Amino acid sequence: MQSPILDLLPQLAAGAAHTHALGFVYDSVDGDRVRIRAPWREDLVGDPDTGVLSGGLVTTLLDHVGGLAVWIALGRFESIATLDLRVDYMRAAEARRDLVAEARCYHLTRSVAFVRAWAFEDSPDDPVAAAQSAYMLSSSRSRGLGANLRIAPEAGR
Amino acid sequence: MSDLLDRLPYARFLGLTTASEGQILTVTMPFDQKLIGNPILPALHGGSTAALLELTAVAQVAALYPRLRLPRPINVTVAYLRSGRPVDVHARARISKAGRTVAHVLAEAWQDDEAQPIAALTAHFLMAEDDL
Repeated sequence: MQSPILDLLPQLAAGAAHTHALGFVYDSVDGDRVRIRAPWREDLVGDPDTGVLSGGLVTTLLDHVGGLAVWIALGRFESIATLDLRVDYMRAAEARRDLVAEARCYHLTRSVAFVRAWAFEDSPDDPVAAAQSAYMLSSSRSRGLGANLRIAPEAGR
Repeated sequence: MSDLLDRLPYARFLGLTTASEGQILTVTMPFDQKLIGNPILPALHGGSTAALLELTAVAQVAALYPRLRLPRPINVTVAYLRSGRPVDVHARARISKAGRTVAHVLAEAWQDDEAQPIAALTAHFLMAEDDL
């Protein structure tokens, strides 16, 4: 029994303009865990003295892989919005190496998905960074994705 | 004043520009199609806004407390308050405490109205020259 979301993962991992520009690629899925990869690139380095990928890129990678984990947990694609994201930087990434990020959605409520994610070169047991994040599901209208972009039908509520 | 971000490849990738008033930096991420994370709305990728906030914090710490090495983040928390529309984003950071080893920084990002931020950052940076 293959969830239809699994066929969409490569597109969801790299299909938007930003993730495409960053060169993200879908890596793999194992149960509720999903992995994507950020290939090392000179123009994505944070500190030119070290050659290490930027912390901002690591944050983007962890934010994005967390979204994929939410869709896997939901078993479908729907609009979601990151509510918040905390990233702990455990050590410097290795210079000129790809980063892999793995995420797992460990709890879903009607309106919120709770996620943990890790970024590493070789193994999640030796992470460069770890993230804990929450995503609003689109069923939650007041904080739904793009709520401030729509002309609010519930204005005055 | 701060040419720092011009030296950082990822800041250049995001197209960041820095303006300063006294020692306070305002960093702008000009809208570019490659920042879009949700093509349907369309909305900026939250990661690009988070990276703007993080780099603004780095630049502000480095501007006020110059060191040989860049301040390195210990942890960073970003709250997404509103979806980022496909227009420029601005960010400013405030250092709430700078100790000998750790600095605590708050930063906000906004688009047209500074009173309506689209994202807020809370971060700790390592100030010491030695490793984490």
